[in-house]
Amino acid sequence: MADVMAGTTAGTASEPTAPVVAARSLTKAFGGVLALDAASTAFSAGEVHCLAGENGCGKSTLIKILSGVHPPTSGTIEVGGSSYGHLAPRQALDLGIEVIYQDFSLLPNLTAAENIALPSFLTHRRRFVARAAVDAIAEQAVARLGVDLDLRTPVGDLTVADRQLCAIARALAHDTRFLAMDEPTTTLTWREVDALFDAVRRLRDDGVAIAFISHKLQEVFSIADRVSIMRNGRIVATGRPEEYTHSSLTESMTGRATSALARETPTWRDKPPALEVRGLERLPLFTGVDLAVGQGEIVGLAGLLGSGRTEIAEALAGVLPATSGTVLVRGRPTRIRTVTDAVEAGIGYVPEDRLTQGLFLDQPIGDNVLATGIGSFARFSVTRPQRMARAAAGIVHSLRIKAASLQDSIRTLSGGNAQRVLIGKWLIGRPKVLILNGPTVGVDVGSKFDILSLLHAESLKGLGVLIISDDLPELVSTCDRVLVVRNGRVVSEVDRRDLTEKALLEAVAA
Amino acid sequence: MKAAGASRWRRVAGDQELLLLVLLGLLLVAVAARAPEVLTVDTLFNVARESMVTLVFAVAVLIVIISGGIDVSFLAVGIFAAYSAVSLVPQEGPAATAWLPFAVAVAIGVALGLVNAAVVLGAGVSTLIATLATSAVFLGVLFAFVGGTVVNSIPEPLRVLGSTSLLELPAAGRGTTRLSVLVLPVLVVCAATAAFLRWTVAGRSIFAMGGDREAARRAGVAIGPTVVLVFALSGALAGLAGMTHVALSGRADPTTFFGGELNVLAAVVLGGALISGGRGSVRGTVLGVLLITCIRSSLIPLGIPPVWQEAVIGSLLILGVVLQALASRVKPVRAILDPADPVLAPAPLRRDVVEAGDAR
Ligand SMILES: Nc1ncnc2c1ncn2[C@@H]1O[C@H](COP(=O)(O)OP(=O)(O)O)[C@@H](O)[C@H]1O
Ligand SMILES: [Mg+2]
Repeated sequence: MADVMAGTTAGTASEPTAPVVAARSLTKAFGGVLALDAASTAFSAGEVHCLAGENGCGKSTLIKILSGVHPPTSGTIEVGGSSYGHLAPRQALDLGIEVIYQDFSLLPNLTAAENIALPSFLTHRRRFVARAAVDAIAEQAVARLGVDLDLRTPVGDLTVADRQLCAIARALAHDTRFLAMDEPTTTLTWREVDALFDAVRRLRDDGVAIAFISHKLQEVFSIADRVSIMRNGRIVATGRPEEYTHSSLTESMTGRATSALARETPTWRDKPPALEVRGLERLPLFTGVDLAVGQGEIVGLAGLLGSGRTEIAEALAGVLPATSGTVLVRGRPTRIRTVTDAVEAGIGYVPEDRLTQGLFLDQPIGDNVLATGIGSFARFSVTRPQRMARAAAGIVHSLRIKAASLQDSIRTLSGGNAQRVLIGKWLIGRPKVLILNGPTVGVDVGSKFDILSLLHAESLKGLGVLIISDDLPELVSTCDRVLVVRNGRVVSEVDRRDLTEKALLEAVAA
Repeated sequence: MKAAGASRWRRVAGDQELLLLVLLGLLLVAVAARAPEVLTVDTLFNVARESMVTLVFAVAVLIVIISGGIDVSFLAVGIFAAYSAVSLVPQEGPAATAWLPFAVAVAIGVALGLVNAAVVLGAGVSTLIATLATSAVFLGVLFAFVGGTVVNSIPEPLRVLGSTSLLELPAAGRGTTRLSVLVLPVLVVCAATAAFLRWTVAGRSIFAMGGDREAARRAGVAIGPTVVLVFALSGALAGLAGMTHVALSGRADPTTFFGGELNVLAAVVLGGALISGGRGSVRGTVLGVLLITCIRSSLIPLGIPPVWQEAVIGSLLILGVVLQALASRVKPVRAILDPADPVLAPAPLRRDVVEAGDAR
């Protein structure tokens, strides 16, 4: 490993001083899976060091070892010149190591303010909490980030985006020497990302060492002072961002070239639409929603955060049902009042917050895949285990889910793989319509391509797909049509012929 | 409009403390209608007296439930601590030494709590299994080494304290009815626990651990010491509760609480403590205990046969759990539609706006 690093960094003139935090040939095995394989790297003061790599290559594991969440199987952690065999989370915090975890790791039952302030109360060994002190710490952190956040609400009641902001604010509330950010921008708007980057640059200028993980290559290029590429638990290259281009970075991450999806419109016009909705309403969330998704068609639902697009999807999925309106699935009128109604009608829903809404995190992968489709494997209510196991294995294989065994829990999977499980879980039940909310949020470029190709292939078999996404290029490359939602109404439609990023941006922001 | 009404109802169902007050009110109305003769100061003092011990036990359990665990050994700890303390302290002495048996009982309670913590942390089993097991061990040790016979003569200072009244009023019938002075330490302990849970870093760490143990660990909460603290506190409170019972009843009977777990657990859950941890309050627990005691003491005046008592309390426990499930489904709804959107403005109101505009 050492020679790789020396070789690739030799070109840069000013070599920074002793690192704040360093990984010295860290190895971590989870059962049979080698998550980290003698990975060595260093984080220096005043430098933003990006870790890039496909889902499952060990980025989060590396960060978690540095912050004491996991003990390494072998190797050492170096902080400020001292070596440690492993750290406890409390010890890491005391050493000034702060992490924005990929899963946020917030306390759902405490308010945002308390979440932000608690770690500093603990590290300063304070005994008492005064509401005023909590608020002061939290307000200062939020102000430093320059965003709006409801500090009085329990974190469990916040939206995913607000939870992410809260996790970021918590990390900024302390005097840190090393800040690791594990995909901190997955749910943020560009405005919030800008605010975050300003804060990160200020920290860097104050001499904080920063580790930054993101799948969005633009972000990597705009903030990185150094880029390390990981593959299969190893650091395979380290260099300055100038030494890479978008495609060379993508290629060195995935080890293969990616191309855009070219798509013929296969919509089956002569058949009733997979999903037809008329006059859907739930006040005060949305009203007068009309839309249709043909069989074999992929339709996008675009709109700003809080425009009502998620609520419309949740109404169709029976999560928060509509109060009036007509829903037809392949021409058959259906009433959707519960999630079960929707499943029985053939509507699948892959939610935005897959960690808490879509999966049983501590249950095995196999059981998760089978959770909704179980009815189709039963005869006279008796399940047939072999058939189920075969189906689960089949779908896990065809989705290229990277896991040691079907018995492992979902928690052990990386983001892109968890998302595939969620999609697989729905496909196994043979839905007629699949609604996906942010299907590629927090998913690396390789998995993203796989997931979109999978949807494409399923649509060719007659599945109607409705995709909600912030990722305009993704909508443009995947969808036949895009509907634009604003203030709880569907306000316009952008057709295949006019579907460009620019046209969409104008329609959404208008 | 119908939707707004429905959501208001769901919010009431979500605010468990409000609901408890409503239930208490309904019960009072029912008793007033069916058996007004029992609404006397005697009954009030009786309810207070019956509630005291249950309340201290309930607060002990509350702390464990908030931390994300469950404790079913509290009665065993209470009996063990009180019974051994009574046999350890001198039988005679000035009334001012009545604090001694309490201190000994609390110390024994802490020791047993530490045993619980050691089993939970050491064996890595769930708190339910751990405390179920220790509970049996505690009782076994008590009967084998300390004794199982009823002690009818408790130490003199304790007896004096137990029969001291804070308040003595003429009873509805003959004589007087009294409220024990022991209600004071019970109230102080409740207030202190509430303050501890709310205003100390350790108290917030207990909530944090109950909310998400792994996230709490990552935020710097030391899990081991917090578990030890939780069970030590719970043991101390259980010891105090046991001794309060002995002082009030004037005798130490090791079988006295058998089967009393249901009351205490039902009170805590009805009081809004989330069985999965991370939520709960002393105030809610006080209301839960009061409701259960009131129901127990009003079944007979209401003409419900006493055989139904346990079933009623069991049903209340189920009600509490169902309420929690309901409350977790009540999510705040933020309006998305433009406030000026015509569908949101009811017709008559719009006419008013137009008329006001015309007038100007
Ligand atoms: N707690 C765990 N138990 C078992 N396997 C795990 C656990 N955490 C991560 N892994 C495995 O380790 C590998 C690396 O995961 P991770 O570090 O999360 O990847 P990344 O963050 O780069 O997407 C994956 O194959 C994942 O399944
Ligand atoms: Mg990761």
